[in-house]
Amino acid sequence: MRTVIFRTVAPYLTSLMVLFSIFVLLRGHNEPGGGFIGGLIAASAFAIYGIACGVAPVRRAIYFHPMAISAFGLFLSAIAGMISLPLSVPFMTGNWMKLYFFGVELDLSSVLIFDIGVYFVVVGAITSIALALEERDRD
Amino acid sequence: MAASSTAHVDLSQAMNVDPTPLADWLVVMPVAWCILAGAVLLMLRKRTEVQARIGVFALMVLCLLDAALFWRVANEGPFTMVMGRWLPPFGIAFTVDLLGAFFTMTSGLVALAAGIFGRDDVDSTGRRYGFYPFLLLLMAGVSGAFLTGDIFNLYVWFEVLLISSFGLLVLGSEREQIDGATKYAFLNLVGTTLFLVATGYLYGLFGTLNMADILVKAPELRETAPLMTLVCLYLLAFAMKAAAFPVNFWLPASYHTPKLVVSGLFGGLLTKIGIYALLRVLVMLFPVERTELGWVIAVLAAGTMLFGVLGALAQNDIRRSVGFLVISGIGMMLAGIALGSPSGLAGAIFYAAHSMVVMTAIYFAAGIGGRLSGSFLLSRSGGIYASHAILAFTTLALFLSMTGLPPFSGLWPKVMLVKASLDVGEWWLAATILVTGFLTTITVGRIWALAYWKPRAEGAEAAPADRSVPATSVIGLGMLTVLTVVFGLWPEPLIAISQDAARGLIDTSSYVLSVFPGEVPQ
Repeated sequence: MRTVIFRTVAPYLTSLMVLFSIFVLLRGHNEPGGGFIGGLIAASAFAIYGIACGVAPVRRAIYFHPMAISAFGLFLSAIAGMISLPLSVPFMTGNWMKLYFFGVELDLSSVLIFDIGVYFVVVGAITSIALALEERDRD
Repeated sequence: MAASSTAHVDLSQAMNVDPTPLADWLVVMPVAWCILAGAVLLMLRKRTEVQARIGVFALMVLCLLDAALFWRVANEGPFTMVMGRWLPPFGIAFTVDLLGAFFTMTSGLVALAAGIFGRDDVDSTGRRYGFYPFLLLLMAGVSGAFLTGDIFNLYVWFEVLLISSFGLLVLGSEREQIDGATKYAFLNLVGTTLFLVATGYLYGLFGTLNMADILVKAPELRETAPLMTLVCLYLLAFAMKAAAFPVNFWLPASYHTPKLVVSGLFGGLLTKIGIYALLRVLVMLFPVERTELGWVIAVLAAGTMLFGVLGALAQNDIRRSVGFLVISGIGMMLAGIALGSPSGLAGAIFYAAHSMVVMTAIYFAAGIGGRLSGSFLLSRSGGIYASHAILAFTTLALFLSMTGLPPFSGLWPKVMLVKASLDVGEWWLAATILVTGFLTTITVGRIWALAYWKPRAEGAEAAPADRSVPATSVIGLGMLTVLTVVFGLWPEPLIAISQDAARGLIDTSSYVLSVFPGEVPQ
C-alpha cells in the first residue's frame, strides 16, 4: 500500500478529510451531519494516514492517546448536560445563547457542546481501534 | 436559527416550563457523576499512582449522592426528572422509587468497598488498562439501570454496564480470562438481544417506552394484545442476565477467571440487575401475566437453587464454588418473585441487597485466603486458621451469613421467604429453600474445613504466616462484613424498607403520579 503516489497524496487527503469532518460536525446543527458521522470521517482520515505513513507518525501527530481523546469527549458531553444545573432546567436540556460576532448572529447551544463531545468519543475510539489493527499488521 | 422568528410558541404544550428544583437532580447525579469521574480517570489512565486516589474519592462521593437520594425517596416518595425538559412520555424519564434508591445505595457501598479493595489487588498494569475507569463506568450503568423509568433506557444502561464488565473481565489478559470472557460476552449479548427484541415488540404494542405510561395503558391493551408472549420474552432475557437455571452456564464459566475484586463486584452486582429488571418489568408492569407465570418462575427458582448449590458442592476450586453459590442465591430471589405477594417480594428485595454485600465480601475473603495459601484449590490449600485466625473467622461469618444462619443478615430474608411461601401453601418451595440452605451449609462448611481449618498438607510450600494482608483489603472486606453483621443483629430498618419497596411495586399509583401528576391512579 505504501506507494509513492499514496504517500504523497495521504497528508493532503488527511487534512482535507479532517477539515471536512469538522464541517460535517458543525453542519449537523440544523442539517444532516453531526458529531457521530463527523467523528467517523476524522477517524478514517487518521486511518488513511496510518496506512500510508505508518502508525507512529499518526500517534505523534494527534499528540494525545486516542483513548484520552475519547475520554475527553465523554467528559465534554456530560458537562454539556450539566450546564442545565445552574439554569434550573432538567438534565440534558438544550440551552441556547445568542452571540453577535461582527454583526453576524450566532446561535450557540449546549447541544453543540454535546455533539462535539460525541465527535471526540468517536474519533478517539475508532482511531484507537484502527491504529491498533494497523500496528499489528506490521509486526 | 430556527427559533429566532417564532418567539410565541406555547412551550408548555411540549415542555416542562416550571423551574427544576435542585433536589430533583439527585436522580441523575449518580449516573452523571460516575460518567464524569470515569472520563477523568480515563484521561489520566497513564498516571497509575493517582488512579486509586481519584477512584476511591469518586466512589465516596457516589455513596454520598446515593445516600442523599435514598433519604429523599424514603421521606418524600418517588420522584421523576425528564431529560431535556420534554414532557413524559416523550422525554426519557428517570424515576426513582424506594426499590431503585435502595438498590442504588447498596450497589454504591459495594462499589466503594471494591474500589478500596482494588487499590492493592489490581497491579499497576491492571490500572493502566483501566480498572478504575471501568469500575466508574460500570457503576454509571448499574445506577442508571436502577434509576431509569424508561424501558429502552434500561436496555441502554444494560449495555453500558455490559461493555464495562467486558473490560473488567479481561483485565490481565490471561488465556483462561479470554476464554471466560468469550462465553460471558456471547451469552450476555444473546440475553441483551432478546431484551431488545422484546422491547421492540413492546413498543409496537404500546407505542410508548415510559414505564409509567405502560402501567397506564396496560389494562386496556390486556384484552387484545399478546402480552403473555411479551412477558415470556422478558422473563427469558432477564433470567439469562440473572443466571437462572437453565440459562446460567455463562456464570460458572467466567466468574472465576478475572481478578478477585472483579469477580466480587460481578457476583455482587451484575446478576442482581437481572433480578431488579424482573422485579421492575414482571412484577410492576405486568402483574397479571406474572401471576399466570407464577408456577413457571417457581419451578425455575427451585431448579436454580438446587442446581446452584449442587454445583457448588462438586467443585474443588473455591472461586468456582462461590460462583455456583451466587446462582443458588438467585434462586432464592426468584422464589420471592414467583410468590409475588408483598411479603415474598420484600423477602426477595432484602435477599438481593444482602446478597450484593455478602457475595462480594465472600469473593474478597476467598481472594485474600487464596493469596495467603497460594492456591484456590481445596485439595492444596489449608492452614489459614493457624496463621490468620481473624481472617478465618471473618470468612466463617460471611459463609454463615450466606447460608442464612443467625446472627447475620442472611437469616431474615430467608425467614421472610419461607414464611411467605407457607402463607400461600407453597410448602414445596419453602422446603426447597430450607434444603438449599442446608446444602449450602455443607458446601461452605466443606470449604472452610478444607481451606481454612485443616493444617497445611505435608510437602506444601512454606507456611503462609509471613505473607501479609494489605490494609486496603482489610478495609474493603471489613466494611462489607460489618454491614452484614449489623443488619443481622438489627434488621428492622431493612425489613421495613424492603416491605415499603415491595408495596411500591404492587401499588404503583405514587410511581405513576410522580411521572404524570394529575393522572388518575389505577
